[in-house]
Amino acid sequence: MTNGYTDIKNTDMMLIMGGNPAENHPCGFKWAIEAKRVRNAKMIVVDPRFTRTAATADLFVQIRVASDIAFLGAMINYAIANDRLAKDYIVNYTNASFIVKEGFKLPEDGLYSGFDPAKNSYDKSTWNYEEGGNVTGQAVAAAAPAAAPAAAPKPAPAATPTAAKPAAGATPASPAAAPPPASLPPNVAYDLSLQHPRCVFQLLKQQFSRYTPEMVERVSGVPKDQFLKAADLFTSIRKGGDMKKVATIIYSVGWTQHTFGSQIIRTAAILQLLLGNVGRAGGGVNALRGHSNIQGATDMAGIFDNLPGYLKVPTPADADFAAYAKRITPTTAKPSEWDSFNYWGNTPKFAVSFLKAMYGDAATKENDWAFNYLPKVDRNYSWTELWDNMYRGTVKGVFAFGMNGVAIGPDSQKNIDALKKADWLVVGEIYPDETSEFWMSPGVTKDEMAKIQTTVYRLPCAGFAEKDGSMTNSSRMLQWKNVALPPPGQARLDQDILAQIFLKVRELYKKDGGKFPDPILNLTWAYTDPRHPALADLAKEYNGKALADLEDPKTKQQIKAGQQLPGFAWLKDDGTTACGNWIYCGSWTEAGSQTARRGTEDPSGLGIYPNWGWSWPANRRVLYNRASCDPAGKPWDPDRRQVWWSEAAQKWVGNDVPDFKVDSPPKDHMGPFIMTAEGVGRIFTPLALMADGPFPEHYEPIESPVKNPFHPQQSNSPVIKRLKTEADKYATTDGEFKVICTTYRLTEHYHYWTKNNPVNVQLIPEPFVEIPVELAAELGIQGGDKVKVTSARSHYLAKAFVTKRIKPMTIDGKKVYQIGIPIHQGYRGIAEDEGRNEKTLVNRLSPTVYDPNAYTPEFKGFLVKIEKA
Amino acid sequence: MSQANLEIRRISGHAGPAPGAGFKRESEVAKLIDTTTCIGCKACEVACLEWNGLSFSDTTFQNSYQTMPETAYNFWNLIKFNEYEPEGGSLMLLMRKDQCMHCEEPGCLIACPADGAIVQYANGIVDFQQDQCIGCGYCLSGCPFNIPKFSPTSHKVFKCTLCGDRVSQGLEPACIKACPTGCLHFGTKDEMKELGETRAKQLREQSGFKDAGVYDPSGVGGTHVLYVLHDATNPEAYGGLPKDPRVPWTVRLWKYPLKWLGNLAMIGGVIGLCVHYLRFGPKTVEEDIEVPKEGEQP
Repeated sequence: MTNGYTDIKNTDMMLIMGGNPAENHPCGFKWAIEAKRVRNAKMIVVDPRFTRTAATADLFVQIRVASDIAFLGAMINYAIANDRLAKDYIVNYTNASFIVKEGFKLPEDGLYSGFDPAKNSYDKSTWNYEEGGNVTGQAVAAAAPAAAPAAAPKPAPAATPTAAKPAAGATPASPAAAPPPASLPPNVAYDLSLQHPRCVFQLLKQQFSRYTPEMVERVSGVPKDQFLKAADLFTSIRKGGDMKKVATIIYSVGWTQHTFGSQIIRTAAILQLLLGNVGRAGGGVNALRGHSNIQGATDMAGIFDNLPGYLKVPTPADADFAAYAKRITPTTAKPSEWDSFNYWGNTPKFAVSFLKAMYGDAATKENDWAFNYLPKVDRNYSWTELWDNMYRGTVKGVFAFGMNGVAIGPDSQKNIDALKKADWLVVGEIYPDETSEFWMSPGVTKDEMAKIQTTVYRLPCAGFAEKDGSMTNSSRMLQWKNVALPPPGQARLDQDILAQIFLKVRELYKKDGGKFPDPILNLTWAYTDPRHPALADLAKEYNGKALADLEDPKTKQQIKAGQQLPGFAWLKDDGTTACGNWIYCGSWTEAGSQTARRGTEDPSGLGIYPNWGWSWPANRRVLYNRASCDPAGKPWDPDRRQVWWSEAAQKWVGNDVPDFKVDSPPKDHMGPFIMTAEGVGRIFTPLALMADGPFPEHYEPIESPVKNPFHPQQSNSPVIKRLKTEADKYATTDGEFKVICTTYRLTEHYHYWTKNNPVNVQLIPEPFVEIPVELAAELGIQGGDKVKVTSARSHYLAKAFVTKRIKPMTIDGKKVYQIGIPIHQGYRGIAEDEGRNEKTLVNRLSPTVYDPNAYTPEFKGFLVKIEKA
Repeated sequence: MSQANLEIRRISGHAGPAPGAGFKRESEVAKLIDTTTCIGCKACEVACLEWNGLSFSDTTFQNSYQTMPETAYNFWNLIKFNEYEPEGGSLMLLMRKDQCMHCEEPGCLIACPADGAIVQYANGIVDFQQDQCIGCGYCLSGCPFNIPKFSPTSHKVFKCTLCGDRVSQGLEPACIKACPTGCLHFGTKDEMKELGETRAKQLREQSGFKDAGVYDPSGVGGTHVLYVLHDATNPEAYGGLPKDPRVPWTVRLWKYPLKWLGNLAMIGGVIGLCVHYLRFGPKTVEEDIEVPKEGEQP
């Protein structure tokens, strides 16, 4: 979340879409209710189903699964057409005025400029800003109405070249490296009147001019008048350009689990930037994460292309640390009169401190901070690809801890078949689960079972209440928890198991040598009890400490060698600091664990609770909070004062921790989005930041009942990869599968393991499929009847839940039904073991395709057929 | 809430005044359930199960999110779900936490013939004392909300206690504590009534629910569980909340006029017996009654 759960109470307007917080985040949802009750905030819920969240909404809009970009894009169009815009915010805090390179083309035909059909990817060199400086006013005459940009606009007059040097990165990083990626021009051309035909604002306007209410009706199935009602209500907070009110957008995996999931979130971000809602109390773009600690998992590099703290992983092209640091450290790119903090410019400090935390004294300046110890990631090792690799026999074994890979899917049957081919499987769990018992999954015969040669090690682990440690919630907040009771029987703590495996491997390397023992032998393992590392030790390690005496040159504050670091501003790239995760630096200081704090005072009344837990970065509760002030440094809303510029103190002060260079006066015009090289919010995402386009565009899911009404010849996103094994089958638009199916969770269950808990089983005892009344009538299905849902891959059996809460839709003139299936059932659990329930996994239905940016599979919106079983 | 609130006001099947009644009267407690901010998460259901140590039972899917069709002897707190399409309006998903309403005029207590099996405390809580319960089930027919349920194993009747054990220790009921959205409130009846009316006014003025209101039915003298409803004119839509609940006339008839008539008849009979004895003396067996012979039909 850019903001936090408690901050939602400050809002005037909520758009809840792609998420169902009442059911999946009920405790956080109390703040949405609070906003309604105390501020009379309005709530708009857009969802394929009338959910329990919708039950409390002021306006509910039923949308076709996966048509979110069409809906949000039309919202952008509506805001621009009706002048519901935060003008000062857009000009000063976003890249709306930046001029885009000539040759950039919008995807009227479904393709941006630079598409290479042979590689199914884009050459992104035109997805960049133009070099040049201030051209304000020079291009007003050229501001022609919408026309194909590749043909229409004439080049802007050459701007005064204040920086004549070539763009950074034009010189090769090292001889061994591949050609370096193009980089942003340091001196960006911009037009503050936003009239230049190639400025981001005009391109955006043109891009979404196609997203009319009529198109929303065709693509999303939302009647035109209903869309207009929602758009009017949401953008009403910016009526007349008044900046006082704030709107928030709240989403969850309903947006991420698509082949264009990242772009849906981009659309929301653009809308929020246009309305000036980012950085403000009660505003923002807020991802409600799917688990209590999933934010922590991503922060700590639970994904293959990150190191902790969102440092990018090295690739084989990074010949040495210098080349790596150069590639991953952005250089400032901005209008010459403006300032940009470009905080990622500190990347080498974070990276060196990380390597010092990993390898201690073995990482020296001379040996390039042991950079060569880090694995170089040579290909896409994302979730779906990993299972594909196992299916194809190249991945030989899996450690499955804290997850149920078979149940998660996509295509559970493929994952089961992949495990049959693996040599070994280690499962650390608290219950026998579908993954550890893949070899006896329904349909496997005795003969087949005998042929499965996979060795399965099942290790009883500790449950969440049997471990201490911190969890990082959606608000980016780390909260320490204590052990409630010890693990039962022979169950062990996960960290003990992992530590003992590591120590054994290291022993083997010591004894037998090996191809490259150094990273194993030199790994820092300085825990009080190496076989049982305390999570407190690990927390201190990722916070980081000084390795030499340090002094702040300005404040003369000193830190002695060995002391915990108070914050990431202290990190150095000379090897004098160690820090396992720079964004967590400050969470465990010399004063102890900040995450264990439980102060309930809230002096500002804004739900900041500065002494409760600790949120990254630097205990800041709202990201980009400098944008809560006007360019002169005064809060847009004097009643919700987060931070402000103090003339007296000559610095930024406030109720929250300023997310800014505290001594940068407003006259310097430093951008509030300090994590972008430009310093401003990106309406247009330049270069390689997104794989599938610098603006969002509506594409159909991989399986769709209609061809994309915007460009039928390019229905799906062109960069989506379809996997190629015999297991990977995808339905076509006009085949036998005509019903849209989406999957989700219920409030009564948690993933695949509460089916082992009697209370949860009592609340929702059986698997069901939610079916519209009209579809049920057509098929002669009554509530409670057994039904079979079949996709191109496999089938699912459950009872029919005939409901009025999903209505039939008309999509591009075609009658379309949507059904929904909760994910929680499987073949191990109380009711399953007693033979009362069907033993099927819903992810047997889902397809093996994923988002090209975040690699999240498309669990929402695939095609099925349904029949009475 | 002090322990004094567990002072007994009324007792089932008890002749004469309740001990200590009217001696001290502290504020009456009430739960306020705002159905317009209920999200049907069932945290209250689980809290109730766990606090009261209720046994689990098998449930089956009933074409609804609802856990079971109605409350049970071991399930006292149930959210009732209704997919409701008002005429000319858009679909609503109504969710109402169903449990004992703790009526001011408790039909169960009135119907109960067992001395002390049902008591009403001065704070308004109506509580079943299972050790006094004779399992006759009359309370079931006395309740206009279909709440008390008979246990087939213990042959006693059970229902929500409004967590009298917690309340007497100054705590809120378990369901209130568990509610994540704050749609459940607990306090004095006056406070809850005021809070409910304020919310109903907000719903009428800000959210377009012109018939929003508070449910506190007068037919049972008001209740110690109040609801805020989007449409107070149509409580039936909320999982069958009765529009005008009353203690059934048969129960009232049986417990008041008929009972006294019966008592009168019984006492009259005894008096008649005495008068007869005094007038005619003891009845003697007449000598000449023929004793049937063996084998003969009498």
